[in-house]
Amino acid sequence: MRYLPLTAADRTQMLGVIGAGSVNELFCDVPEALLLDSPIDGLPLHASEMAVERHMRRLAAKNLAAGDAPFFLGAGAYRHHIPATVDHLIQRGEFLTAYTPYQPEIAQGTLQVLFEFQTQVARLFGTDIANASMYDGSTACWEAIAMATRITRRGRALLSSGLHPHYIAVATTMARFTGDAIASNTPDLSSTAGDDELIAGIDENTACVVVQYPDILGRIPDIAAIAAAASSKGALLIAVVTEPVALGLIEAPGNLGADIVVGEGQSLGVGLQFGGPYLGLFGCREKFVRQMPGRLCGQTVDAAGKRGFVLTLSTREQHIRREKATSNICTNSGLCALAFSIHMTLLGGEGLARLARINHARAQATMTRLASVPGVTCLNQAYFNEVTLILPRPGGEVIEELAERGVLGGVALERLYPGVDALKNAILVNATELTGDDDIETLASELAQVLA
Amino acid sequence: MSALNPSGWQPSMGDAQGSGSELVTSSGDRGLMFEEPLSFEIGALDKCGVDMDEPGGEPVAALGAFLRKSAPDLPGLTEPETVRHYSRLSRQNYGIDLGPFPLGSCTMKHNPRLNEKLARLPGFADVHPLQPPTTVRGAFEAMDELSKWLIALTGMAAVAMSPKAGAHGELCGLLCIRAAHDHAGEARDVILVPESAHGTNPATAAFAGFKVESIPATASGRVDLAAMKAKLGPHVAGVMITNPNTCGLFEPEMKAISDTVHAVGGYVYCDGANFNAIVGKVRPGDLGIDAMHINLHKTFSTPHGGGGPGSGPVVLSEALCPFAPLPFTVRTGDGEAHLVEESNAAAIGHTLAFGRMTAFHGQMGMFTRALTYILSHGADGLQQVAEDAVLNANYVLRSCDDLLAAPFGSAGPCMHEALFSDSNLPEGFGTLDIAKGLIDEGFHPMTVYFPLVVKGAMLVEPTETESKAGLDRFIASLRHVARRALNGDETLHAAPVLAPRRRLDETLAARKPVLVWQRDPG
Repeated sequence: MRYLPLTAADRTQMLGVIGAGSVNELFCDVPEALLLDSPIDGLPLHASEMAVERHMRRLAAKNLAAGDAPFFLGAGAYRHHIPATVDHLIQRGEFLTAYTPYQPEIAQGTLQVLFEFQTQVARLFGTDIANASMYDGSTACWEAIAMATRITRRGRALLSSGLHPHYIAVATTMARFTGDAIASNTPDLSSTAGDDELIAGIDENTACVVVQYPDILGRIPDIAAIAAAASSKGALLIAVVTEPVALGLIEAPGNLGADIVVGEGQSLGVGLQFGGPYLGLFGCREKFVRQMPGRLCGQTVDAAGKRGFVLTLSTREQHIRREKATSNICTNSGLCALAFSIHMTLLGGEGLARLARINHARAQATMTRLASVPGVTCLNQAYFNEVTLILPRPGGEVIEELAERGVLGGVALERLYPGVDALKNAILVNATELTGDDDIETLASELAQVLA
Repeated sequence: MSALNPSGWQPSMGDAQGSGSELVTSSGDRGLMFEEPLSFEIGALDKCGVDMDEPGGEPVAALGAFLRKSAPDLPGLTEPETVRHYSRLSRQNYGIDLGPFPLGSCTMKHNPRLNEKLARLPGFADVHPLQPPTTVRGAFEAMDELSKWLIALTGMAAVAMSPKAGAHGELCGLLCIRAAHDHAGEARDVILVPESAHGTNPATAAFAGFKVESIPATASGRVDLAAMKAKLGPHVAGVMITNPNTCGLFEPEMKAISDTVHAVGGYVYCDGANFNAIVGKVRPGDLGIDAMHINLHKTFSTPHGGGGPGSGPVVLSEALCPFAPLPFTVRTGDGEAHLVEESNAAAIGHTLAFGRMTAFHGQMGMFTRALTYILSHGADGLQQVAEDAVLNANYVLRSCDDLLAAPFGSAGPCMHEALFSDSNLPEGFGTLDIAKGLIDEGFHPMTVYFPLVVKGAMLVEPTETESKAGLDRFIASLRHVARRALNGDETLHAAPVLAPRRRLDETLAARKPVLVWQRDPG
């Protein structure tokens, strides 16, 4: 077997050193009746590289890759161009095959990348500090809520109706077990984000208000107004960014008064990957640092006085604090953080701003063209690169029919809000720098035929 | 021919006099050992490594007051500068590609490149999680195929695929247990956790809203069954056991532990971090386990990437299946694999799901890598994986236990990791010295000061992908460093002296945290 270097002679010689007659003697603590001495029945045996590749290619071929069709899906996962450099660099074995940097003297590569990543995220979000990553946006969002309840010693989280429904589901699931109260609603199909209604819901027991920016329907809430209202009641504002490219064009939530900013970093460097692995981003005010979840990389010096980096403030973490830790997270998304960081370095601040302007322009072109399709109306006033379209009939059927015509036309709200009749006829449509004029034209003409 | 390497190859030691190790260079670089500034110190706001079209369009119309006033303060680099920056940084890292990475409990095994190649097929990598099901049949099929393998290898009833890493899988398992008790109308709020457990276990139990009570270990490093029995009662929701445990030992009374817990209405969670030792040899389902996470990034070779991503599917017993979180896949009568999520869970009768743990469907990129690995090994190869992993660990144990204390060495063989301690080292020398001395020898150290039940623990997990010659080199170095300590070689306290950095001041880092770069950090 190509991954197993021991030869039969090695095994015999090693058993001799150990003083065992057979390998099974080494399993002597396993009750004999439970020890399997032949491979588990009904499973295939080992296969060559060629055979495995053939099998996996057959599975992959049953999927329609986003790059092989006009593609307009978003809803928390966005398709952007990833420079070839990113994937090349993350596959360097020294990055790819390293562990969490527990031995900093021989992990400065990973650690310096994490320090740069933290700085990039903090600057992008407009927060004082950021951590070394979480699993994804949805779990980062719950961790932020849990952190806010620790800081405020209050047990109620108020979630904006514009928060991604999967993020709401994760928070609701967790709160059911922690005893925290989650207040949330399904969104209305109104052209603005419903900030006034959200603000009216903040009370003296509210630990935090959670607002997605831009929201699930592509609308842009007024973070500054909500932050001021939250602050006046002693609640924290958590801003959730599922499309970080937007922050090249719209103001960073931290600069608008958000106390904690979390997000999904998948847009930069990571790719779609059918939903994971993704990259949880987590930034906040410096005064909350000891309540933060996850790894933190900090600057220090070595015994010779050279600058170096280490994992720090570990007394918040599970391997030191055990049941008193701020979170149970251990493995995070290190390699995805590296990909994000490389992509961000390649872009730079002005490159990100330009990329964001291109995204917005492509979305404008898409909306303008689709709005001319009979029966289609666009919900949004303000938007970045994603809008909600209202159709004359159920969006789920329309998306399916478009797929039959080879067009991946968007995400039906039915998929995200099953059983909510008011949202049944709406779909989300996203455009990025990868959206060509020909893609837009194909979607518009196919949509016109499907709706005719 | 030396026993160290059958080819007779010897490292070229050269002339120590002329090593030039004290030479001060003007660049700070030392030959192939590079110093690299931060990207913020060499980049510029207007530098970009990506060519883009003119934007066109008129942003103000649709964004109005939301427009930001200036571009984010993020210096960029051109493509050649970017490649050089990260390539030079990578040179300061140790990885499994460079040598053994014997971190106990972490299972740092070879990462096959076929996994990387196939996970990057556009049909897997360039697919959106919310595409219409008709366009992602192959993705569901791949998830379902991996599910089938995980169920068969563990002898369990079902698997929840969505957890993002081991600790997230622990959370999934405990929430299933919590949901099962809630459904039965039982208010049980205590989880029992052995002292030797990974830190994630008690942290997870607390995160899931449980109180944690500790179970002591016996003198032979196992769960103290009698002490556990004494703590059981109607308030106990379950226990979290690691098997093989963190001392690298199989729990021979596991079935009795499970039966005892079940008898009082509790459930058994198994931390599957050490599944690599028993894959294909023992099925956890036969041990009475109700839930166990599987670290695809350990047993099934998906790369660790300097701290993730991981993937932690949780296999479940019949009793806990109804509570599995959404989403997961099922294969229906039509032979097709389908995704079960909020919109169709009720239709297939899965009405007791405890909820959802993450957006979308889990770590697909890790599923394809793990499935590729599993298919490569097959049922026979996976069994050999466990056997060779255990053989390699015992070989290390018996090759060093004359020099280093082996706390449970006299009781019999270990499983996949060899546990040593610093108890026989002279006053003033400890585990940290051994670990840092190994760095100068060119090896990544073992896990240190864990498990907590052994003072000064050193946990060596070689894995099955080390050759005998590679192990012999590691053993020779470990013995050399142990001798330095035993001989009272004070210079060991300064180790490492040959790595990119000397020992780092962790106290300073924590006392005055500098977590982001600033132009003038002072």
